Order: sequence, then structure tokens, then C-alpha cells
Amino acid sequence: MCLAIPGRIVDIPAGGHLATVEVSKVRRTINIDLLEPPPAAGEWVLIHVGFAMSRISADEAAEQLRLLAMLGEDAQAMAELDGYQFGDAAEKGSS
Amino acid sequence: MKYVDEFRDPRLIKQASEEIRRLTDPSRHYRIMEVCGGHTHAIYRFALADLLPPNIELVHGPGCPVCVLPMGRIDEGLSLVEQERAILATFGDVMRVPGRHGSPLEHQARGADIRMVYSPLDALRLAQDHPDREVVFFAIGFETTAPSTALTLRRARELGVSNFSVFSNHVTIVPAIRAILDSPDMRLDGFIGPGHVSTVIGARPYAFIARDYGKPVVISGFEPLDLLQSIVMILRQLGAGRAVVENQYGRAVPWDGSLPALRALADVFELRPYFEWRGLGFISQSALKLRPEYAPWDAEARFAVAGVQITDPKAAQCGEVLKGVLKPHQCKLFGRECTPEQPVGALMVSSEGACAAYFNYVHRRTAAASV
Repeated sequence: MCLAIPGRIVDIPAGGHLATVEVSKVRRTINIDLLEPPPAAGEWVLIHVGFAMSRISADEAAEQLRLLAMLGEDAQAMAELDGYQFGDAAEKGSS
Repeated sequence: MKYVDEFRDPRLIKQASEEIRRLTDPSRHYRIMEVCGGHTHAIYRFALADLLPPNIELVHGPGCPVCVLPMGRIDEGLSLVEQERAILATFGDVMRVPGRHGSPLEHQARGADIRMVYSPLDALRLAQDHPDREVVFFAIGFETTAPSTALTLRRARELGVSNFSVFSNHVTIVPAIRAILDSPDMRLDGFIGPGHVSTVIGARPYAFIARDYGKPVVISGFEPLDLLQSIVMILRQLGAGRAVVENQYGRAVPWDGSLPALRALADVFELRPYFEWRGLGFISQSALKLRPEYAPWDAEARFAVAGVQITDPKAAQCGEVLKGVLKPHQCKLFGRECTPEQPVGALMVSSEGACAAYFNYVHRRTAAASV
């Protein structure tokens, strides 16, 4: 429930609300409206329920990934990330 | 940054454990509450109690959102599916919480249109994809999660999505801590403060615990060494007769919290006069409802929600476990009628619930050892 997933911002498309993040080679869309100023490509963030919650360093991101693995929650975290539907193209549908 | 290497170093764990022993007065019993369910999970997963002297007792707090949700709220959410022919969308943890006639997952198996989502934005997306249906997002969580619901509601308003609404079960952690401090059967010596909630609210809201109740608070990270260091900091305060708020998790928690998140909360939500918590009863100003400006997206304003009050299953002792009066295995149903596979009480549902954590890491281990 309170999973915090680290991800690296790889792209911020025009429009500003959303960004593409990469976590363990998986790319998904997240919302970045809770970060001021907005993150830049290359920065690491902690993600919770589809939103970037805070900026972290690359070392802290590695540490967080390891913590998730130690807690046995790494697969769940990847499933959550993979499950975000809101950034997909409209025709794909979400059911 | 040296954290990564340090946390891997068992020597540091041993040092912290020895420091805890040195700081502990053997003639005294210490009761320290970890407020956050994520900490409860980590404490059991890493068997941290084994590294503490026997007179330090860790008491599991109320910071597990599904654990404190009263059963009536699940039934109210489910009733919207029937009454309004709505699609109910919610997080995975909520799917397994028992209602009076089964969990959302069981209702789904019987044909109710209930969808598991990973983000409130996915629920909004469902509404956009199904303009002919009402989509209700069953929102749950502390201040960690509530800003995401707030921004989703803002987005729904901006986009004019009129078939989307939120059934808010968001709660706030500070009134629950106050209720625990005011409870006559709770004798606590200090608090391990929540990590992720504090990234949003900062450290200031805990000041009253030290000032008015004279109890130390240390906001903690989730690594084993973080938790042990936080216990060291609490014991140092107790030894010196001090009570202040300290931040062990400074690398993630700013003293003032997250301003954009706090603004989003203030913009969209207001405090309810009172809200029922499982095990703790009614607590005033402890939960968030949508502001009147957001009434068109407020499921409670738009639909008839009965206000169902249901007493918990008689034999289950969730309330006593939630308040730390009973340990999970002391509940009559623990490990028999109530297991993570077939939960009777909500504490058995989430990995952050004390009963599920105890079952997965202590009960299974001792069961395996005795075979």
C-alpha cells in the first residue's frame, strides 16, 4: 500500500503533467505534478500510486530497490509500475 | 553517499544492537510504538526483535490504511455498485478486505463490476473510457496517498469528467496518535515516526507528542539499521529525560514536508468532524472529505450512502491488536479461522498489517521449525 518505487526520468513530453520513467528496463508513464520544480530527464524520483513523490539520488534509488527486494516486495513494485494504465494511448482501453 | 554500503554491513547492525543494550535500563520495561505499517512489516521481516533486549517491546501502531478501515465503509462502497450500476475501482489491498457479505474480490467473482487499479489516475481513465457508466474510486490511505487522489480530482474537474467520483476513506495520522496517547490502557514510552507520511507532512505535526505528552518521536527510514538507529535515538532521549522530535530519515523527509502535496490536500479536502476507525472508535477531525467545490465528484454527495455501522466479527480481536493490548497470536482466531489466505480481520489482509506480518514471518517460521 505504501510502496515507494524508484524510477529514473527519461522523458517529459510536452504538456507537463506526465513523464516517462524507467525502472529495471521497464518504461511507464507517471504524473509529476507533486514535484516543484518539475524533475529533469536523468533525475531519480520515488513513485507512489502513479505519482512522483520526491527526488532522490541515484545511490538512494539503488538502496530503495534493494530494500524492496529485501522486503520481498520487488515483484509487487514492478507489477504496480507495469499496471499503470493512465499514460497509455486512448485506443488501447484500460479494462 | 555511504548509506548503501553501510546498510549492508552487519557490523553496524551489531554495533547498533549493542548500543541499544548499553542504553537500556534492565530494571525498566520499554514500550515503543512504530506508527507505520511499513515499519511493522520491516520489523517482522528482518526479525529485529531478536536484536533487542527482552525489556524493549515494539507495539504496532495504526498506520496501515486497510487495517483501520471499518467494515461498514467496505459495504457502503460495494452498495454503490448495485445501486448506481457503478464500476468500483480500488487498490489491491482493499480488494481482499472482508465486508459483511464478502470482500470486493468475492463480490467481483459473483459478477460485480469491481476493478483493481494501481493509481487513482487509472480510475479516472476508466471513467473516460466508459462515459456511459459511473466510475467510483474507493480512495484509501494516509497523507502519503491522499495528495494523489487530490490531484486526480483536480484533473477530473479540469477535464470535466462528470461520470467520475471519489468515495473518500482518507485518514490523517496525527489524530490517531493523539487518540492512542489519550487512551487509558496505552502506556507508551516513545514513537518511531512514519517515514513516507512524513515526506508529505514533515516533522512539525508531531511536536505536540513531545511537548504535551513528554514522549520522544523519531521519524525513521525502513532499513534495519534505520530502525535500530531510531530506537537508539529514542533510548538516548529517555535516558536524558528529554522528549523532542528527531528525524533519522532526513535523507527523505524534509522538516516542512512537501509543499505541493500539502497545497493539493488543502485545495481539495477538508477535515470531517469525526470518522470511525476500526479498533480505535470515532476520532474527531481524523479523516478527509471533499470540499463543497468538489461535490460533483464526491460519491458521498452524489449518491445515497447509508452510513452503515457494523460491529466486527465477534470472535476477532482486531481492536485489541490494533491498540497493542494483544499480540497478534493472542487473538482467538489467529492462524486458525483467520489467515492471510482467508482473512477474517483486516489486520490479516495487508502485508503492513501486524497479523499478516506476524503470520508470515514468525508463525510460519516457528511452524516450520517444529515440524
